[in-house]
Amino acid sequence: MTALQVIFLITAVGTLGSALMVVITRNLVHAALWLVAALFGVAVIFVQLNAGFLAIAQVVIYIGAIAILMIFAIMLTRRVAQDAGPQTNPNWAWAFLVAAVLFGGLTWLLSAWSGFSTPMPEISSRADPLRQLGQALVSPNAYVLPFEVASVLLVTALIGAIMIAWDRKSG
Amino acid sequence: MIPISWYLILTAALFCIGLYGVLARKNAVAILMGIELMLNSVNINLVAFWRYLTPEIIAGQAFAVMVFAVSAAEVAVGLALVISIYRRRGTVVADDIDMMRF
Repeated sequence: MTALQVIFLITAVGTLGSALMVVITRNLVHAALWLVAALFGVAVIFVQLNAGFLAIAQVVIYIGAIAILMIFAIMLTRRVAQDAGPQTNPNWAWAFLVAAVLFGGLTWLLSAWSGFSTPMPEISSRADPLRQLGQALVSPNAYVLPFEVASVLLVTALIGAIMIAWDRKSG
Repeated sequence: MIPISWYLILTAALFCIGLYGVLARKNAVAILMGIELMLNSVNINLVAFWRYLTPEIIAGQAFAVMVFAVSAAEVAVGLALVISIYRRRGTVVADDIDMMRF
């Protein structure tokens, strides 16, 4: 077993464990902190896949913005009484069954795929994925239109979020 | 070396954990956290397929960037809805939010 494999296994176990704590822990603030741990594990996995920009974006956007937004929402909607009872609805056994069956089905389907054990190809030393990504996102021949549409969508969604959360009585 | 199967099984497990969170959790914010886990597993899948199958075409990473933007928009609107509902109805339990039930 090589060092890379050991690092991958440690990251994978940490990520999956944190994700499991997100869905089963009772205290929502703890769940949000476990979510930060799981998102950080995903960032480490991006690094192992040679996607450095996505790892940085993951830390800045997911941990820096989304997870903090979640913590704010939990604190704004917190009521002491709700922390006491069970945090799952009566159908949790069915939910567990669906998730387990989906995992089994996905694993079975993927193991039947011929490229299932494709080894990682070498990236040639002249290729620079970061430069390629930057040029692809602003090049008219590549993804400039989806990129602009995504930014318009983000602005629209944020204005909509302000409008929805506006407190008209006291604001 | 690590074959692609390790990443695929990791993302399948992460997706199913997120799905369990979405289906089983009561609190609307916790449901959004489950959705975040599912989106993250999809992102790892996109990047893994880019790295293993088409490392010379950057499409996988570009698509992952789009997923980042869309999920940020989704979380902002979702949390605004949760806060608005909490202000009007005093609850964030998904089962109690049934104003639109026919």
